[in-house]
Order: sequence, then structure tokens, then C-alpha cells
Amino acid sequence: MTRDPAYNFAYLDESTKRMIRRAILKAVAVPGYQVPFASREMPMPYGWGTGGVQVTAACLTPDDTLKVIDQGADDTTNAVSIRRFFQRTAGIATTTATAEATIIQTRHRIPETPLREGQILVYQVPIPEPLRFLEPRETETRTMHALEDYGLMHVKLYEDIARHGAIATAYAYPVRVEGRYVMDPSPIPRFDNPKLSMNPALQLFGAGREQRIHALPPYTGVVSLDFEDHPFEPSKAPGACALCGSGTSYLDEVVTDDDGGRMFVCSDTDFCAARVAAGAADDSGAAPPPHPSPTRGEGGALGEAGASTAGPGATAGSLASPLPRGEGMGVGGLAVEDGA
Amino acid sequence: MYVAVKGGERAIDAAHDWLAQARRGDRAVPELSVAQIRGQMALAVNRVMAEGSLYDPDLAALAIKQARGDLIEATFLIRAYRTTLPRLGASLPLDTGRMDAIRRISATFKDLPGGQVLGPTFDYTHRLLDFALMAEGGDAVAPPPAPVPSPRGGGEAPVTATGATDADEAPPSPLVGEGWGGGACPPIPRVAEILNRDGLIQPEPPGDAAPPDLTREPMELPAPRPLRLQALARGDEGFLLSMAYSTQRGFGRTHAFVGELRIGDVAVEMEIPELGFAVEIGTVEVTECETVNQFAGSRTEPAQFTRGYGLVFGQTERKAIAMSLVDRALRWEELGEDATGAPAQDQEFVLMHADNVQATGFLEHIKLPHYVDFQSETELVRRLRAEALAEADPVAEAAQ
Repeated sequence: MTRDPAYNFAYLDESTKRMIRRAILKAVAVPGYQVPFASREMPMPYGWGTGGVQVTAACLTPDDTLKVIDQGADDTTNAVSIRRFFQRTAGIATTTATAEATIIQTRHRIPETPLREGQILVYQVPIPEPLRFLEPRETETRTMHALEDYGLMHVKLYEDIARHGAIATAYAYPVRVEGRYVMDPSPIPRFDNPKLSMNPALQLFGAGREQRIHALPPYTGVVSLDFEDHPFEPSKAPGACALCGSGTSYLDEVVTDDDGGRMFVCSDTDFCAARVAAGAADDSGAAPPPHPSPTRGEGGALGEAGASTAGPGATAGSLASPLPRGEGMGVGGLAVEDGA
Repeated sequence: MYVAVKGGERAIDAAHDWLAQARRGDRAVPELSVAQIRGQMALAVNRVMAEGSLYDPDLAALAIKQARGDLIEATFLIRAYRTTLPRLGASLPLDTGRMDAIRRISATFKDLPGGQVLGPTFDYTHRLLDFALMAEGGDAVAPPPAPVPSPRGGGEAPVTATGATDADEAPPSPLVGEGWGGGACPPIPRVAEILNRDGLIQPEPPGDAAPPDLTREPMELPAPRPLRLQALARGDEGFLLSMAYSTQRGFGRTHAFVGELRIGDVAVEMEIPELGFAVEIGTVEVTECETVNQFAGSRTEPAQFTRGYGLVFGQTERKAIAMSLVDRALRWEELGEDATGAPAQDQEFVLMHADNVQATGFLEHIKLPHYVDFQSETELVRRLRAEALAEADPVAEAAQ
């Protein structure tokens, strides 16, 4: 598609791009730290990905190939709309193939196909502050980050375990970056959290309405918050994709009739379609190796060699704890509630 | 066999076509022109200019037309346009003391220099539907005085620069009291300055500091007053109205009187570096409100009135009054008052939630797909329920 000459390349004027690039550089230099930036009004609403769009616009060059996904899919309406926006204003090549893209803008997923060096993954972020729902004041949360005062977050996770027997955060699961900043990875399912860590690609997070950019440079150690006796577990719906048969990819539930019928299919449409095209009947062999899954207490220097060669089942197994069933801390909380 | 949903692209195109048809409405009815909206929906145009932070009545009218009358959507269109405009320079501060006022009232003095000028206000209308306005070709039905703005200083047969209004056809003067200025925009004294002569009101010393601009720099808290005023001037009228109302009902009460409310055109002047002096580059219509508020004083300072301030594009007096009340409530700290925990005193609460373009975007985005997050929650809830049920009744669970 040829570029609309009425607009500057990738819509934003050059001084705005420079301002955003400065914020990105600072974010890369301080991984996990939320850098304020003077987010502009964009021609799509706040909440539709204006932060991601501005970050993508600031990173795009005419030689880039862009992929846009929403919920893992290239053809959801908002992904279509954002892809068209950049086709129109930047005239760049687009793709749906994860491996062919140089920049991938995403909402709520990390692609199943492992990323490589040189790629940029741009996340759309609604609320960048992981502490926001524990402390609504920005002035307070900035101070808490400055002081590394994350006790409140650990109390919240502990209370989850006391109440539910498990950490009841299914998406936007908080992580700690290189042992310093606690970061919100945007509302990706916690299934995707392990892919954040030691990823060869540059990961940029843009929150337009909240005017913040944060980043994970390539090969940054990212640990999902947990406790020794309740280790973090990525989770997904049990079963395999009804289309491609993958047992390792994240699944969407599709309601097929009004009689309780449902099926599960890959949320990553590119991954699924490629497997279908390749005629992958059974799962295990074709699945890409999982990203190294960091365990608690490890910083950047992960023992990834072992983990990355193991299958997905083994990865989960290496975390090794059965689902908490009201044991330990959970028992106390539940017992009190039952008695009351 | 289930096939993954495709066709988002076609659906979007079809939705846009349908939207265009819906916007046009019944083709048997003539299309609204931008000039009609600008002239006859002027208060809607004003609101869009104020909240869009762009003084351009034609573009605001166009935005209203394109947005099918949704004023927040129209504001958003204006904002998205505004953000692309180059910044050529900054004007000198407006001198609202030299306003060409169509309305100027004070609630604190029965009469005062400059007079009480009612202007085109709904204040004393009876809110009875005027069915005559339903008649098409309504000019014959409309009351004789044409609804043109009253030229100020009309007693001396003024002719405005833009209007060719003959002095004989000038509308009946809405003027009450003294103070027909005559001539071009004589200064109208400010009520606050009258009080200030006796030291009765807290002074506002002028400053030369360049005000911050939240459209160029991210908002940082605590925000200084100029930044707060900018945020309030762009803020949603409904939000400010409710915030101001809450202070009147006791949540951070500041006992406000409308010291002065004035509406009219003000000259915009700009220093041209090549010339070395300021030239007038146009006029903008603004509404300015200054409230006079009680202040008990303290051990170190004698009792004195305090001020709240509102300045908004166009004839937008509900917003200007609300802004001045909220501004005053937010000044509790500098004026040595106690925090009562009232929402209107909480600058983070007020400033972070006043912008309707931000608010509506985040509110409405929850209608976008969230399959993935929802699936992760569903999976978690199913698992927690299964575990809880197994624990509560292991036998029944085993029997199933």
C-alpha cells in the first residue's frame, strides 16, 4: 500500500518521535521503570492502543515489516484497524507471519513462535502501574518504586493464597525485572509470562492515556512474583487446539452452540494456521521449544540451557509443586472462613 | 468444522458505510450545513472548542456534524486534529479587562463600575417549549429582534468591525444599571480589584513564568496552579459541574460567590520578533469567572476573601463557574486550609479524571475483545472451584 502523502511518515511529526525515542531509550536503560512521556492524542481512542501505536510509530523505518495482533489474532477488528493505519500513514510492508516481522505490535499476547534478535515487540498497555489497584495514587506508587517498597504486593499475593489457595491473578501477572522494578507486563495471560524473560527481542510497553513507556531490553531476566511454597505456574485451559492439535499453545474457548457446546482453539492465529498448513496432525514434535522459564530467585543468569531443551510438560514439572489445595497457608484462611 | 473468525476488514468497511448513511439520516430532509451548526448550535460549538482546546468555530461545527451531535466524539476529533498542528509561538496573556463584553454580571454588588449586563442568557427564561420553533422557515415566526449579539456601547451607535448591523436595527439593549462604556472596549474594572483596594481579598501577584503545557509535557503531580487551570479548562463540563456541586453540598465547601462573570471577545496579541512589538492577530470569545470565597484567616494573617478562577473558550458559563469552584477547592493547601478528604480537594483525583477524551476511551475500550484475559480468568475460576468443591466434599467429588 502506498503512503498517504498528507501525513508525515508514520503519522507523528519528527519532534514528537524524537521525544518518544528519548523516553524509549531511557526505558531501555532502566528496565522495568515507567518513563513519563508526553503522549499525544492519536486518531484512535485512548484504550485502543494509542501508547503502542506511538511507540510503533517512533520505531518504524520504511524498511520495516509490521505485524499487528490483538488477543493473539491478526484479524481481530482492532488489529486490522491499526495495521491499516500504518499501511496508510507509513506505507510499510505488513505480514501476519511472526518470523517475517521486524516490529510486532500486540495486545494481550506474546506470539507462540519464539522471537529472535532484532525484532521489536510493542505492547499496548492500559494501566502500566502494577501497584495501581493496591494504591490508587500515582504520587504514592512512584515513591514505592523508588524505595523498592513492594511489601504491599507480596501481602496481596499472600492474601490470595490464604483466601483461594492459589495466587488469583490470571493475567497482567506482576513480574520483577532484574531484581529491581516490579513491572506490569500488560494484560497478557500468565501463561505468557515465561516468554518475557531472556527474550532475544526488544520488548517495549506503551501506555498512551497514562503517559508511560517501559521496556525490557533483550535478554533481560524477568521473574514472576511468587513464594517458595507456592511457585508461579503458567496456566492455560487443558487440552489441545481443535484445529491444529497443539497441546502447548494458549487456547481460546469458543462457544459453538447454545447447548453448552464449546471447543478450544489457538489464540495465536498465525501459529495455528502455519501448523494446519504444515499438516501437523499431532502435537509434540511440531511445537516450538518453550522459552526458558525462570524460577524464583534467579536473576538474569538463568539456568536456561536445561529448561529450554526440555518439553513444556517438563518445564511445568520442574516447578514441581502440585496445585495448592488448601494446604499450608491456604488451610488457615479457608478454615477461618468455614468456621465463620 | 469450525473455522476461525475472519472478515474483520470487511466488517469495518461495512460499518463505516453504514455510519455515513446513519449520519446523513433521512434524505428527504435537507442536510445540515456547517454554517448552520456554527450559527445555531453555538453553545455546542463552544463546548467542543473548550474541551477540544482549539479555538476554531468552523472546525468545531464540522466535528459536531461528523460526530452526529456526540459532543465528546466531536471533542475527540478536534483534539486529534489539534495535536498535529505546529506551534508557531505563544500569544501575550489575554487582557480580559479589555473584553468586548456581551454579558457581565456580579453577584456580590448590586451595581458597580462597568454595570450589570445580562446579555443573551437563559437565566430568566421560562423553560416552556416554544412550539413556534417547530415551524419550518421559522424567521416569520421568530420574534422581531434578530438574534445577533448586541454590540457593546450601543448607545453611541457602534458598528462592529465584522457586523454590518445598522444602528437603527440594533436589538433592544439588555443593559441594566450604569456604565455604558461607549467606544471600543473600554476597560471594565474587576470586582476582585475593587475588593483588593481595601485588602479584603487575597492578592494574585502577576508572574512572568511561562505556564506549563500538559499537551507537550506529561502531567506531574503535585501540579502547580497554572497546570491545574489548564487541565480544568480542557476538562469535561459534566465532571467539573459535579465536582463543583459536591463542594457546594459540603464536600470541601468554600462558600463561593460569583464575584464576576463576563463573556465576550478578547483581542489576541502576539510579539512578532521581526517587528519588535506585539500586534493583534485576532479575537477569541471567552467566558471568565472569578469567585469570591470566604476565608477565616489564621493567627498570622487577618481574615481575607480568597479567589477561584475559571476561563473557558466561548460562551460557556456553567463550565467557567464550575471551574472556578473546583480551582478554589484545589487551593486548600496554599491557603492554609485543612484537607477534609473531599474529592474536589484531591488534585490527583480531579486532574486525572477530568479529561473526557481519556475517560471515554478507557471506559469504552472494555468493549474491545478481551478473549484472552477472560479465558485466563475462566480457567482460574474453574480450577479454584474444582479444588474448593473437592475439598468441601471429597466423597461426592469422587463419586462423580
